[in-house]
Amino acid sequence: MRTYERAIVVGASSGLGRAIAARLAASGCRVAAVARRLERLESLASEAPPGRILALRHDVRRLDDVPEAFDAACRALEGLDLVVYSAGFMPPVGPTEFDTPKDRQIVEVNFLGAVAWLNLAADRFLQTRRGAIVGIGSVAGDRGRKGQPVYNASKAALHAYLEALRNRLHGKGVTVATFKPGPMRTEMTAHLRLSRAMDPDSAARIVLSKAHVSGEHYLCLSHRLVFAVLRNTPSWIFRRLPV
Amino acid sequence: MRPQLVRLSGFGMTTAADAWQVLPSSDEDVRQALRLAKAEGRRIVLRGAGRSYGDAAIRPEAVAVSFERMRRILSWDAERGILAVEAGGTVGDLWRFALPDGWWPPVVSGTMFPTVGGAIAMNIHGKNAFREGTLGEHLAWIDVMDSEGQVHRVRPEDPAFRAIVGGAGLVGIILRAAIRMKRVPSGDLRVLAVAARNWREQFEVFSRHENEADYLVSWVDCFARGSSAGRGLIHAAWYSEGGRSTLSLEHQELPDTILGLVPKSVVWRFLKALNRRSAMRALNGAKYRLGTWIGNGKMEHQSLVAFSFLLDYVPNWRWAYLPGGFIQYQSFVPKEAAPRVFESQVALQQRLGLEAFLGVLKRHRPDGFLLSHGVDGYSLALDFKVTPRNRERVWSMAHQMNELVLEAGGQFYLAKDSTLRPQDLRRWLGPRLQEWREWKRLFDPSGLLTSSLAERTGLIDP
Repeated sequence: MRTYERAIVVGASSGLGRAIAARLAASGCRVAAVARRLERLESLASEAPPGRILALRHDVRRLDDVPEAFDAACRALEGLDLVVYSAGFMPPVGPTEFDTPKDRQIVEVNFLGAVAWLNLAADRFLQTRRGAIVGIGSVAGDRGRKGQPVYNASKAALHAYLEALRNRLHGKGVTVATFKPGPMRTEMTAHLRLSRAMDPDSAARIVLSKAHVSGEHYLCLSHRLVFAVLRNTPSWIFRRLPV
Repeated sequence: MRPQLVRLSGFGMTTAADAWQVLPSSDEDVRQALRLAKAEGRRIVLRGAGRSYGDAAIRPEAVAVSFERMRRILSWDAERGILAVEAGGTVGDLWRFALPDGWWPPVVSGTMFPTVGGAIAMNIHGKNAFREGTLGEHLAWIDVMDSEGQVHRVRPEDPAFRAIVGGAGLVGIILRAAIRMKRVPSGDLRVLAVAARNWREQFEVFSRHENEADYLVSWVDCFARGSSAGRGLIHAAWYSEGGRSTLSLEHQELPDTILGLVPKSVVWRFLKALNRRSAMRALNGAKYRLGTWIGNGKMEHQSLVAFSFLLDYVPNWRWAYLPGGFIQYQSFVPKEAAPRVFESQVALQQRLGLEAFLGVLKRHRPDGFLLSHGVDGYSLALDFKVTPRNRERVWSMAHQMNELVLEAGGQFYLAKDSTLRPQDLRRWLGPRLQEWREWKRLFDPSGLLTSSLAERTGLIDP
């Protein structure tokens, strides 16, 4: 696995983001762990080797605060090699629910926050001609499912944004990797009854092993195969499937 | 003057950092950089040509003030040989300007690319260190800006001079300097090549020539063991009487091709293919044997440029050390202890299987600068390839070598350093460190000037 010296992980208080931050810190990397819940970050820092995790309180919906938070992280880390955007929001949505304020929050956390953080990372890496950008998308972004319309759309938007970033930064020393985890046992999915879900630490190991490889990555072969089929399934069939 | 985020590395490419680079072209621009750093709560690292091997001209997230746009020749007194130049002027700029009038820089590094500001900040030496000392001994004055933006003209008789020269760009910002150039009878040297079969012969040849040669330098085969340990090829050189035509730039320029065929710009790629232990062992052996067969004991004429700037023969040769880069470990040891210390260093690197691909021996004399490396003795410079696998072992070996040097009362050279630890630095400098820090506090009370080297070695508090 490639090792990193300085990383920012946004959405590091729980789930996959927390597992990625913990693994990076254990490998010797200094990590700026960014999230809303400071007490969670402090507990993460206390479990990591001393001095490896810097807890940075920030709400990704406050887009105007991002430049200052990004600058503070870069200064504290004395540079930057890797940025992981892992913040995600997937509230329960009823089958006939159309709640715009709720949907707006989903878009802000899953997409606009990512744009705000990763734009700054892209700009910085473009100048220094090096760096790795990682966005945590979802298999849910591959199709528009009836259960989570805006969550799906926000992840699809993130995938498209990351692909555009990848194309824009190609050949400039910067890699952009999109990861599409499937079901995972996290707080975000606690309200769902998931069978055969991946645990965050295993997912973090896979993400970090390919963090420097530009492209879209599923976390296991079965997802790659199943979603290759699903992506190409006609809508009139897809809408009848129990997914 | 908008700062630009750039990735900066040391010449050896083992360390790098992102910094906010500004390129001033006037004193006022430098003041603006000071204001910018203060307003943004950043520190400043000064950078010339980035030719220091380690981390002397980098510092993460600092404002990096680079002097490449401040390189004007300000005045030239062709009678007295005094050349005033801005800090970003290079060693190459100096000789190109003055040589047609019969003057040559009194001290030059092995490459012509370092800037005058960087060369003074590091107080460089050359192959004539045993006769001419360091560059700081040949300055008429320097203009230095303190961290409040005030400019001071500092002369050799001012006490601050010995703290700023060799002060690694940490006391004040060197803006301009006047250099006392050396008058030369021609643009050529008479160069004598002598093969030495071991350490004893190396030091014998140096002793034989140190009172009369103008330049002395030796290459050491760091792979040779046993009775051949320390073998190498010494070059002694003397200024030569010759025609005025040898002073012309055309006579001095290095060729762009090897044997008129191979462009030098591609040579580093061949070197990279050979840049491993087995090939380097063979190459070092072949170089020694060739030296003993061809040219041993013979005198030949060489231009000043060809003799002085050996490192410029192959452009970008350091890329052969990619991706891990290399360090140059250079220590300066009093003459009585030098044979023992250098023999031990070379034996140590052989025992560890980390042989230097290049070793260079030089003779020096003491100087009075606070952080300087001058010593009545010798220096041995060793180039070690660094890889992710051997990095820890190379550093650990360097720390063992430090012990040998410090026990012998030796010195180190900050322009080359990558491995010194605070405890090594304190033992090396002793009370000089405190004296130097007092001068730094006077010129830079807010502690604005820094570098990764300064923080790593504990020269200043991080």
